[in-house]
Amino acid sequence: MAKMSLEDLRKLREATQQQIKKRDTEGKTVQVIVGMGTCGIAAGAKDTLDAFVKALDEKGMGGDVIIRQTGCMGLCQNEPTVEIVMKDMPNIIYGRVDAKIAKEIVEKHIIKRELLNDQILDRPAGDILKK
Amino acid sequence: MHYTLCDMFSDLTQNALEAGADDVAVRLTETDGEVSLVIADNGKGMTPDQLKRAIDPFWTDGIKHPGRKVGLGIPFLVQTAESTGGSWNIESRHEGKTGTTVSCRFDLTNIDTPPVGDVTGYFRQILTFDGPYEMTITHAANRGGKRLEYTVRRSELLDALGLAEEGSFTDASSLALLGEYLKNLMED
Repeated sequence: MAKMSLEDLRKLREATQQQIKKRDTEGKTVQVIVGMGTCGIAAGAKDTLDAFVKALDEKGMGGDVIIRQTGCMGLCQNEPTVEIVMKDMPNIIYGRVDAKIAKEIVEKHIIKRELLNDQILDRPAGDILKK
Repeated sequence: MHYTLCDMFSDLTQNALEAGADDVAVRLTETDGEVSLVIADNGKGMTPDQLKRAIDPFWTDGIKHPGRKVGLGIPFLVQTAESTGGSWNIESRHEGKTGTTVSCRFDLTNIDTPPVGDVTGYFRQILTFDGPYEMTITHAANRGGKRLEYTVRRSELLDALGLAEEGSFTDASSLALLGEYLKNLMED
């Protein structure tokens, strides 16, 4: 495959943006926040982030969801941890989110608005929360 | 010890931004038998005393997580280098023109050296933290007689993806394209 130039990347982006119809502007407030502290990285958070990018892109939702990285949420024993912030749903921190669970979060939590009860951690550790 | 060298490199590069750097240069060099990394930032730097304590796993500056008493980023670097015949060095200036340069080298022929891991994933991760900063990544590889060298700049990538104004890679679609682009640069 020929090397892509920055110009190729620009064209690809423009083509992709035309494909993604911004169906629901309110839906764009979905945020996926992946814990990328030393603990998260050690537990495979990079694979988790990659799985979210792939799953959202495959569902054509890449333009509607923001993926951000954060540090340790104090729940190192349950890494990789991921917080989902979206309208009409409680803010939820999920624990032990591997690539498979990441896909499930996209399909259930983000699309069907159903919680994945077995993975919920609810909130950061007490000593991490701001007083 | 981290599972791959790239996981450790992610962790170390993140330190640069947490030290308030807005300009970070990363150079990754790979040969058949060796991988080396240099991360140079213009962050606030460390005093000789802070630098000494940074290698202690039971010390952290306490700013990020008050009440926690571990900081494993640099201790993992020291542990990995010392147990696999690699080397590491940290130089830091905390006065005048401040900044820190972390360098390390690993022997890939040593059986205890972790695998290199996902290089493009590492690059994408360090390019996509929140907030405004410049990052220049140079990747030079000379493996199996094949040479490869390229440089990417965060500002140029943001511009190409139409995100110069936002100043951050935000949507999942731009992350996917960025991943594709970085992967393409590594191909023959």
